[in-house]
Amino acid sequence: MAEQPLHYVRTEMLEAKAPPSSQIGPLRWARENLFSGWFNSLLTLVSLYVILTLLAGIAPWFGHTVWNAGSLSECRKIIHNDFGPNADGACFAVIHERWNQLLYGFYPENGYWRANLALVGMLLAIAPILFSQVPRKLLWFSALYPFAGFWLIWGGSLWFPVAALLGFVVGGIAFRLLAEKSAVMAAAAGFVAACLWWFFAAGPVDEGLSAVFPIALQTVQSRDVGGFLLSIIIGISGITLSLPLGVLLALGRQSNMFFIRTVSVGFIEFIRGVPLITLLFTASLLLNYFLPPGTNFDLILRVVIMVTLFAAAYMAEVIRGGLAALPRGQYEAADALGLDYWKAQRLIIMPQALKISIPGIVNTFIGLFKDTTLVVFIGLLDPIGFINAIRATSEWNGIYWELYIFVGALFFVFCYGMSKYSMYLERKLQTDHR
Amino acid sequence: MSELVTDREVDRSKMKVSEEVAVQITRMNKWYGAFHVLRDIDLTVHKGERIVIAGPSGSGKSTLIRCINRLEEHQAGQIVVDGIELTNDLKNIDKVRSEVGMVFQHFNLFPHLTILENCTLAPIWVRKTPRREAVETAMHFLEKVKIPEQAHKYPGQLSGGQQQRVAIARSLCMKPRIMLFDEPTSALDPEMIKEVLDTMIALAEEGMTMLCVTHEMGFARQVANRVIFMDQGQIVEQNEPEEFFNNPQSDRTKLFLSQILGH
Repeated sequence: MAEQPLHYVRTEMLEAKAPPSSQIGPLRWARENLFSGWFNSLLTLVSLYVILTLLAGIAPWFGHTVWNAGSLSECRKIIHNDFGPNADGACFAVIHERWNQLLYGFYPENGYWRANLALVGMLLAIAPILFSQVPRKLLWFSALYPFAGFWLIWGGSLWFPVAALLGFVVGGIAFRLLAEKSAVMAAAAGFVAACLWWFFAAGPVDEGLSAVFPIALQTVQSRDVGGFLLSIIIGISGITLSLPLGVLLALGRQSNMFFIRTVSVGFIEFIRGVPLITLLFTASLLLNYFLPPGTNFDLILRVVIMVTLFAAAYMAEVIRGGLAALPRGQYEAADALGLDYWKAQRLIIMPQALKISIPGIVNTFIGLFKDTTLVVFIGLLDPIGFINAIRATSEWNGIYWELYIFVGALFFVFCYGMSKYSMYLERKLQTDHR
Repeated sequence: MSELVTDREVDRSKMKVSEEVAVQITRMNKWYGAFHVLRDIDLTVHKGERIVIAGPSGSGKSTLIRCINRLEEHQAGQIVVDGIELTNDLKNIDKVRSEVGMVFQHFNLFPHLTILENCTLAPIWVRKTPRREAVETAMHFLEKVKIPEQAHKYPGQLSGGQQQRVAIARSLCMKPRIMLFDEPTSALDPEMIKEVLDTMIALAEEGMTMLCVTHEMGFARQVANRVIFMDQGQIVEQNEPEEFFNNPQSDRTKLFLSQILGH
């Protein structure tokens, strides 16, 4: 190597050159990730072999799928005719044949459009909440949707959900009138006003309006609502209700007020300490003993309440973790600027605590959505319930893979969607540039 | 540490101490559990005063100014801020807090909001200022602290000195009558200390009433009209800066000054 003189001045700058081919493209990727050493190469080859063997086993089964058949034996006959006497194949015909049951349960067939419309409406109502690019005006639709969705699915007089909605309006007005005075008093007044409306005014208003403008849909009983429709109803209601309830419980647990803190802690610890299935049995069986005879308290509503309470207890703990991760300085800065408790929570604390808790919150959501399948044990016919029912019929006795694969895939699509959305949200909210 | 913090002449023309009382503290005591942190504090702050509070760590100086906007509760005695007595009445506390600006050692900007949103949040939600007006005010103060071009960035993208100047602007947007500074430069690199102190000097030159817990003795000499020395939860000595530094009376003060100025 030539010795460099101490005194050196560069006279011309070097141009950047293209990298050698081993540094770019798929070749480099493969070398770095698959064949970076003899051990890794060995692992790669073994994995490839395992994957190929599995595929070789499963692919023919999927390849020999039959979509049209009336029963399992008919289906097997078709497979043997088409692919040889020893061939094995999937009978997705069962899904084709029982499609409507798996999706809608015993919902009246002439009302499928109502369930479909409710589903489309739900997507429209969720859009502005999930994506800030969607026009904010649509949030009004989101607020009205629960009532519209209820009416579409259960039918009955239009004025029943309207009267229920008016209760919220009355409560909201009472809250507004007193909000300047004291937030706590206003909240109490709003609550009382809404309850008074529901107990005393809602019934007559509903009846009166129904008599004058009889707008109604054919009533559907809760026991006829089933299949995936039921899972979505329970899952989405549980998710939307458990988040705000969880926030309140988390705040309650941190409260300085002894009574509120004790109630919150007691509630959270009790609900978390009890299996969901016992809560569901309580909802379906025991409540009947406690409620006055003759009260008709809808079973789906009871299940939604129990699932919500269950998820809310977990949610509260997840959010408490987010609250604990916030530095004290954030509370102090909010206080020092003169923000009151609720404004500080809403503008400063919760946006940050919820952001930190996103993975845990979505975890709870996904868990809740999958737990909706437990309602099968209290006699509601969700997709799992229908699988049992279908397998008990003489036509489809003996089939199982196809049905479970189908239901599993549907649940996977929803849960994976939630997971993807949470990652998108985390990226979007990342402002700390760490 | 005794060098001047700024190379320019400090303009004292508007630094006038009026007769009006801004903060009146009488025989105030505070305990943390069984520990007696503040003992019989008596302090009257007049409008337009620039007070520097110094003392060793653990002497209660931060606690004292945090009592003034009720970030800490006192257990005995009386604190009256701008004519409002601090009691358990939440209304009064919020009123006082919206009149008193506070700057923290660790800035405490809201990381999920942009600089501009940090500055407009309290005016919009506490003062009910219309958004446009709040934005104008915020930009005005951001220009004053010399970072209007960062308005749409997030706090995490700014340097420590810039963040602290934003924190000052955020407080000023509430148009406070009194500003409290809790060791505003202690968490900063040396070259950033100067930009924050310059901002504070500019604020003093406009006649703001300031209470400042700091170890910047140069700032105390140049800007303060009174230096308070605290130790073990008590006010040990207070005087004009010239007298305080050149002719300290108590032994405790002498020791402290020799330690802090000696190198």
